[in-house]
Amino acid sequence: MSEENLLEVRDLHVSFHTYNGEVQSVRGVDFQVKKGETLAIVGESGCGKSVTSQSIMGLIPQPPGKIRSGEILFEGRDLTRFSEKQMEKVRGKEIAMIFQDPMTSLNPTMTVGRQITEGLEKHQRLGKAEARQKAVEMLRLVGIPSPESRMNQYPHHFSGGMRQRAMIAIALACAPKLLIADEPTTALDVTIQAQILNRMNDLKKQLDTSIILITHDLGVVAETADRVAVMYAGKVVETGTVEEIFNRPRHPYTWGLMGSVPRLDLSSRETLRPIPGTPPDLLQPPQGCPFAGRCQYAMKICKTQMPETTEISGFHRTACWLEHPMSPAVTPPNEWVGGGSQ
Amino acid sequence: MSVAEPKVEKILELDQVKKHFTMGRGQVVQAVDNISFHVYRGETLGLVGESGCGKSTVGRTIIRLYEATDGEIKFKGQSTRDLKGEKLKQFNREMQMIFQDPYASLNPRMTVGDIIAEGLDIHKMAKGQERREKVIDLLKTVGLNEEHADRFPHEFSGGQRQRIGIARALAVDPDFIIADEPISALDVSIQAQVVNLMKKLQREKGLTYLFIAHDLSMVKYISDRIGVMYLGNLVELAESQELYDNPLHPYTEALLSAVPIPDPDSKESGERIILKGDVPSPIDPPSGCRFRTRCPKAMDVCAQEAPKWREVRPLHWVSCHLYQEESLKKEEENKAE
Repeated sequence: MSEENLLEVRDLHVSFHTYNGEVQSVRGVDFQVKKGETLAIVGESGCGKSVTSQSIMGLIPQPPGKIRSGEILFEGRDLTRFSEKQMEKVRGKEIAMIFQDPMTSLNPTMTVGRQITEGLEKHQRLGKAEARQKAVEMLRLVGIPSPESRMNQYPHHFSGGMRQRAMIAIALACAPKLLIADEPTTALDVTIQAQILNRMNDLKKQLDTSIILITHDLGVVAETADRVAVMYAGKVVETGTVEEIFNRPRHPYTWGLMGSVPRLDLSSRETLRPIPGTPPDLLQPPQGCPFAGRCQYAMKICKTQMPETTEISGFHRTACWLEHPMSPAVTPPNEWVGGGSQ
Repeated sequence: MSVAEPKVEKILELDQVKKHFTMGRGQVVQAVDNISFHVYRGETLGLVGESGCGKSTVGRTIIRLYEATDGEIKFKGQSTRDLKGEKLKQFNREMQMIFQDPYASLNPRMTVGDIIAEGLDIHKMAKGQERREKVIDLLKTVGLNEEHADRFPHEFSGGQRQRIGIARALAVDPDFIIADEPISALDVSIQAQVVNLMKKLQREKGLTYLFIAHDLSMVKYISDRIGVMYLGNLVELAESQELYDNPLHPYTEALLSAVPIPDPDSKESGERIILKGDVPSPIDPPSGCRFRTRCPKAMDVCAQEAPKWREVRPLHWVSCHLYQEESLKKEEENKAE
C-alpha cells in the first residue's frame, strides 16, 4: 500500500428529484482511497453508500439524480466534469464495479464468455482469439471449473456463487486500478461468501487493485478492509483504520452498530443493544447532527448544528460534538466495543 | 430454561418427516428428507442452513401450509395430519407464523388494525370495543402506538412492518411461533430491535419459537438449541454453545468457520475451511451422505449408505459416518480390499 491517493472524493452532494420533493441522498461526503488498499463503506440502507459509488462510476441517472456539488478526483482528474464519452473510457477499464445481485446484473442473452471478451476487445483492443484466451484465464483465476466449456454458457446455467465469480472476472479482466464492490456477497450463502472474499483478497494482492467495498456486514469489513468509512444519513460520520474503528470507535452511531451485531465467537447471553428509532427522512434532513434523534448522548447543540470533523489521529476522524473540549466526558459502553478476543 | 431437564414437555415432535415436490416429467425435488427432531415447550430452536437446504419447507410443513409426504408431526402429543373441525381451528390458533418479507406479508388494502384483528375475527375472540382495545394493546406490546391502527402498511418502515407481523401472530394467543427469516430483510440496527422484542415476548408469554434463519450469529444469540440443515437433511442438532464449541459434522464446522467475525484482531486466529463447489441439486441428490461431494473428510462408505441420525453425546445429535463405529469398521474393510 502506498501513500498516494488513487481516488479522492471531496464534499460530494447528490440529490434526487421525486414527486415528494428533493431527496438529499449524499450530503457532503469526503474520503480517499490509496493505491492497493481496501476501503470499506459501511452503513444501513438509505445512508447514501451506493449512491456515492454510483457517482464515482458516473451511473447516477440524470435526471432525476444530480451531482449538486463536489469533486471526484481519480488520479487527479475530476470525474464529475467528464462527458459520457470520456466516462466510457474510464468505466470498465480503470474503474470497474461488482454489483450486489448477480442474477440481474449479467446480461441473460449473452454468453458469459462474450461478456468478458466485450470489455477486453473494446478497452484493450485485443483480437477475438486473444480476448477469448484471456477470458478463459480470468474464469480460471476466479475459480470456475472447466472454464473453456463454461465460456459458451449463459448466466442461467451458473449458480449464484458462480455468477458472482463471473462478474468478478468481467470486472477484473481489464485490470482496473479501482474496483467498486457494492455488497458483493450479500446475496450469497456464507460458505460461498467465504470463497468469494478469499478470492477477492488474493486477486487484490496479485493485481494490486484498490477496492471500495460497500457493505453492511461488519464481519466482512473486519476481515477484508484496511480502512473504514461509516456513513449515516448521507454523511461520513467516522473514518479510520479497521483497528481504530473496531477497537477504538468514537462516534455513538459506530458504537450503536457494533452493539447491534451478535458475536458468534463470544459466549452467548450477552445482550444486544439496538439503536432505538429509525434513520431520518432525507427529504427533510435534520438541521444538526443526523444521528441526534437516536443518540443517547445527544446534547442541545447536536439538534441545531452539524458538528465539525475532528481529527483523532492520522486517519481517524469523526464528526461528533462529544469531541468538543466543552462536551461532557462520555464512556462508550465498551463491554462490547472491541472487547471480544482478548 | 434448561434443556438438560428431560421432564420438559415436548411441544412438537417430528418423526422421519419428508416433503417431496413433484416437478413433472417424473422429477421429484426432495426438499426435506427424513427429518426427526423435537422442540421443548418454552425454548427457541434455531434452524440454520444455506438457501435451498429445506429449512423454510420444514417450517411450512409443520404449520400445514404444505402437507408432509411422509412421516409424522405431533403437536402437543397429537398428530397434525388428520386434524379436522374444532381441533384444526384450535391448532391454527395455537401455532402462528412470522414471515420473512415484511413488504409482501401484509395485505396492502387492509388497515393495520384489521390485519392484526383478522385472527381475532376468524376465531371469534373479540368484537367491537374489546377488539379495538385488544389491537391497541398488541400495538403497544410490539412498540407501536394507538394511532397506527388506522394506517396502511405502506406507511411503515420494514422494522415497523415486522412488528405488525409479530402483533398479528400474537393476537390469537399462540403457544408456538414459527419465525421464518424474520429479520433478514431488515437493517442491522433494526434487526437487533426486533430480536430483542421477540426475546422479551417469549419471557412474558412463555412462547416457544422455531427460529429459521441463515445468519448464524443471530441464531446463536436467540436460540437455546440449533439444528443445522444441508440439502434437505438435518445433519446436526445440539445446544447452541455446545454446537459452536464442539461442532461434530464437517458441514457445521465449515459453516461456522465461514462466518466473518466483526473483530479485526481475530482475523488470523481461526483456520477457515473453504468448501469447494456448490450445493448439488435436490432433484438428484448424491447417494449416501448428501454432503459427501463437498466434504473434506469424505470416505468411501459415505457414498455407499446414508449415515444414521444418532445422539452421540447427551443432547448432541449428528448424522455422519465419522461418528458411527460400524461405518468406520466398514471403511477399514473397504480400504483392505
